[in-house]
Amino acid sequence: MWAFLHKLASPKHFYRITGRWIPWLWVITLLFMVPGLYLGLWVAPPDYQQGDSFRIMYVHVPAAWMSLFIYVFMAVTGGIGLIWNMKMADIMAASSAPIGASFTFLALVTGAIWGKPMWGTWWVWDARLTSELILLFLYLGYIALQAAIEEPRTAARAAAILAIVGSVNIPIIHYSVEWWNTLHQGPTVTRMDKPAIHPSMLWPLLLMAAAFQVYFFTVLLMRARTELLWRERRARWVREMFGNSTRTPFSNTEKVVT
Amino acid sequence: MAKSPLAAFWAVLQRDLRLAFRHRGELLNPPLFFLMVVSLYPLGVSPEPEILRTIAPGVIWIAALLAALFSLENLFKADFLDGTLEQLALSPHPLPLLAAGKVIAHWLISGLPMIILAPVLALLLTMSKDATLALVMTLALGTPLLSLIGAVGTALTVGLKRGGVLLTLLVLPLYIPVLIFATNAVTAATAGMPISGQLYFLGSLLVLAATLAPFSIAAAIRISLS
Repeated sequence: MWAFLHKLASPKHFYRITGRWIPWLWVITLLFMVPGLYLGLWVAPPDYQQGDSFRIMYVHVPAAWMSLFIYVFMAVTGGIGLIWNMKMADIMAASSAPIGASFTFLALVTGAIWGKPMWGTWWVWDARLTSELILLFLYLGYIALQAAIEEPRTAARAAAILAIVGSVNIPIIHYSVEWWNTLHQGPTVTRMDKPAIHPSMLWPLLLMAAAFQVYFFTVLLMRARTELLWRERRARWVREMFGNSTRTPFSNTEKVVT
Repeated sequence: MAKSPLAAFWAVLQRDLRLAFRHRGELLNPPLFFLMVVSLYPLGVSPEPEILRTIAPGVIWIAALLAALFSLENLFKADFLDGTLEQLALSPHPLPLLAAGKVIAHWLISGLPMIILAPVLALLLTMSKDATLALVMTLALGTPLLSLIGAVGTALTVGLKRGGVLLTLLVLPLYIPVLIFATNAVTAATAGMPISGQLYFLGSLLVLAATLAPFSIAAAIRISLS
């Protein structure tokens, strides 16, 4: 087990091993997503209050869950990179940020699309919406900081500090926003009578949540592999793999003087 | 060299204050900025006392956030450029303590004047006496928080050429809880409601930030220096 993990931490083996995983991860993603979408969009009965428009929940809710999960993932991998100086952890944290931001954005957009017919408006300053928006800002700040620092090691360490500070703040932000909203205005639009969700509606949601989770790891590994090749573009194993000793696989953008 | 860590802390604090007082012109900039942003609102929104009273807490607090943010940019910059920051990091004394000294100096220079200026601004925006008192109390608890949280972002971006806009992007989301509790307290005070809950919350946030932020600032300084 430890030997395997140790192997995975070395860039060359990581690239080789995960390359074999990715097709399988796609298969698992589809195994969850296809039945999830089928059950959610066709089989589950329309909601007695919301009609068919509740079905956007099958994308919206898993996306919102992922937006939080990925931030924590980013802080944890960033922390691992910071403490144990692991290159792969840096790459994981950096690669997960744009995916997390995309999920956050997706949750906001699907929420707005759902809100228009339900609440009659694209946006309300509801506590959850607001904290999701702030989460998007935190992601964008993280990405901007990472992009602003050229040296990858320094960028990873600075971004890790930011992610850790941010993850301490996320619960504080979330609860303060919730508190702000309940004091400002009574929950008029957001409170719907929440009946216990029926299994025929719950199962597709769980399947979609699992699908999104596996999808995240699939895309993460793909991004991490690309990022790895870029960072290791001068390493011998990358050059050997691409069968050309004078030019890197990214020869369009940069020529290596040998 | 200062012998005990505490003496080093005092030395850093005194040095930063002395440096600030040698540049008297710059000393006035944050409070002037604060004053000007606030005085733009009656011109831009409405001079109607009713409206001003409603928006006053948010206006003053957002101006305070921005003033803190702009003054933060220079917190480590000069020391980074002339190598002082590196010397601080190399000193045998704990860097978090020295960083805390710099943050306190920054607060005395930029935060304290805002608190002193606040009653004048409250007068301009026709705030009631209770609301003014609440404003001063929230600023007293909140501005050190702004300095502490902002210093983490400043330390992370100090090595960058154009860190200013980036700093805004990093720090403003983290300021949101402070803004919420502070403006809420002032609004509640205007309506004659008790505000101890909000003040306790700001106080506990301050304790949390005062204990954790110096370590993050120190870690961020070391990263920026590497």
